[in-house]
Amino acid sequence: MAANAQIPVEDRRVPVIAPGHTFSTITEKISNIVLKRPISLGWIFGFLIVFGMMNMLMAALGYLFIKGTGIWGINIPIGWGFAIVNFVWWIGIGHAGTLISAILALLRQTWRNSINRFAEAMTLFAVACAGIFPLVHTGRPWLAYWLFPYPNTMNYWPNFRSPLVWDVFAVSTYLTISLVFWFIGLIPDLATLRDRAENPWLQRIYGLLAMGWRGSARHWHRYETAYLLLAGLATPLVLSVHTVVSFDFAVGIVPGWHTTIFPPYFVAGAIYSGFAMVLCLAIPIRAIYGLKDFITERHLENAAKVMLATGLIVAYGYFMEAFMGWYSGSQYDSFLLWNRLHGPYRLWYAALLACNIFVPQVLWLKKFRVSTGWLWLISFVVLVGMWLERFIIVIVSLTRDFVTSSWGMYYPTRWDWMTFAGTIGMFLTFMWLFVRVLPMISIFELRTLLPEAHVHESAEVKR
Amino acid sequence: MNLGDVSIYESPIPDSPSYGLMAEFDSAQELVAAAHKTHDAGYKKMDAYSPFPIEGLAEAIGFEKNRVALVVLIGGLVGMISAYSLQYWVATITYPTNIGGRPYHSWPSFIIVTFELTILFAGLSSVIGMLALNGLPMPYHPVFNVAEFAKASENKFFLVVFSSDPNYDAARTRLFLSGLAPRMIAEVPS
Repeated sequence: MAANAQIPVEDRRVPVIAPGHTFSTITEKISNIVLKRPISLGWIFGFLIVFGMMNMLMAALGYLFIKGTGIWGINIPIGWGFAIVNFVWWIGIGHAGTLISAILALLRQTWRNSINRFAEAMTLFAVACAGIFPLVHTGRPWLAYWLFPYPNTMNYWPNFRSPLVWDVFAVSTYLTISLVFWFIGLIPDLATLRDRAENPWLQRIYGLLAMGWRGSARHWHRYETAYLLLAGLATPLVLSVHTVVSFDFAVGIVPGWHTTIFPPYFVAGAIYSGFAMVLCLAIPIRAIYGLKDFITERHLENAAKVMLATGLIVAYGYFMEAFMGWYSGSQYDSFLLWNRLHGPYRLWYAALLACNIFVPQVLWLKKFRVSTGWLWLISFVVLVGMWLERFIIVIVSLTRDFVTSSWGMYYPTRWDWMTFAGTIGMFLTFMWLFVRVLPMISIFELRTLLPEAHVHESAEVKR
Repeated sequence: MNLGDVSIYESPIPDSPSYGLMAEFDSAQELVAAAHKTHDAGYKKMDAYSPFPIEGLAEAIGFEKNRVALVVLIGGLVGMISAYSLQYWVATITYPTNIGGRPYHSWPSFIIVTFELTILFAGLSSVIGMLALNGLPMPYHPVFNVAEFAKASENKFFLVVFSSDPNYDAARTRLFLSGLAPRMIAEVPS
């Protein structure tokens, strides 16, 4: 009997969607957060805080426009300061959203379906925050359109050989593509909200945004092609964006910047910090809005594993920087390493190593991957660590370059801190509003995860 | 006309010309089977509606011409060619600048902007192309006149045979659709 007996293969992993759900319950549960759930005191209280922080950003920027960049801690030789540190940090955070929505879609990782919507929203908001920094760092942001090539009376054109011009194209393309990718993902769900809303004004607003989507088979067919192609286009795009950002550094000759490892190391770091942000947002959101059926332990564990893997790539990057400092035989490169370990910013560098390399190693243990409290804490530590990484790259290299006469120190001012904290407020304000006005989980993509959504071959042949 | 258990909804707008007949189904499986049968019965002008994409449904209603990929290819090529030629024109013809003695046509530096604009144009054409080929935005469509159709974005599946189909006949088509065991049949006023 043993020969014919089939051993049932049991999938012991936690499912991506809790059992017992139907098309209706999924639709109801997610759309009711937007349409039915009353606004709680906690939401209002939190909103006041993050909105207050966003207004701090407005104040800091207003004062900046009056006074100029002299209010910041930047000087010569440290011309880049917080603006570039925060720009690189924010844009890196955005990368996880595109990775989840595009790369995991191409790899047919169905678990992405419950987290891609808010991860994409996170991308958009993070890129919006990132965009502010280079803009205001130009000193005259009202002339920022000079960065784009357009016929003008000055007869001037941008220098296409400059990495800073590449950056303009990379970041603006990234923002545009992320926006349309997010929006076309929303169209079928906006139609659901239109059909379920009872308030006539909401019906109109969602109806306008849904553009008359009716779920026609022809439309779905074209829609899926467009979505797949967008995913295919966004995949090289997301890898290129942080590559181009790293070119801003790598094309320069400053010690610590001028290395070929920068592009992959930046991309890995971006995904690392992005997944940390996804976890920092997902863990409280799923608890508050009762979405544990859709964002299960499996999602958190998978995200933790991605974080661990990309964290190791980042650690390899640090190791290579140190190794090349020694192996290159260049006194400037070896001094850079010495300076990071023993120079004026040594404590920052020690904190960076602790946050990015040592603490996340606990994720090897399943206990930490499935414990929401620990996971949130580790993700937060990684976010801090990745910010420190950008700080070390930008500041330490600029304070100690080739000639001792041009050495300096960088001290961020209160305006630097206010601008940075303000963008966190802006990011969270957008997030706060997003979870209340749009479905934060893709409803139609969750429906496709149910077994009922799959048509068996026999039925198709049966005529 | 007695069609057994199938309830019949009359047009809510009296005396309006009919857009077609709508049948409602409970599952994706039933809809695909019904779409196949209807198409095989000789109806060509028809459409199926579902709350999520169903594999094989578009083929079942005889839809093959999906030109989105072509639009994206053209968009990408336009982006690529225009980005490179703009940079070439700026760097060598209209505004040549000597940067560290590099040649004016220093093509490796132009790859990045070319790449980004290829993606940008291709991506935008996929969205705009998909919407345009689908005829969206469309503020009014007759299928929304049927109240039950609100469930098409939740958990119900619909099949519509358009009155413009040469084989369409209000009574015979209704009889045919009722043979597919739908949950209900409704006339769609245009």
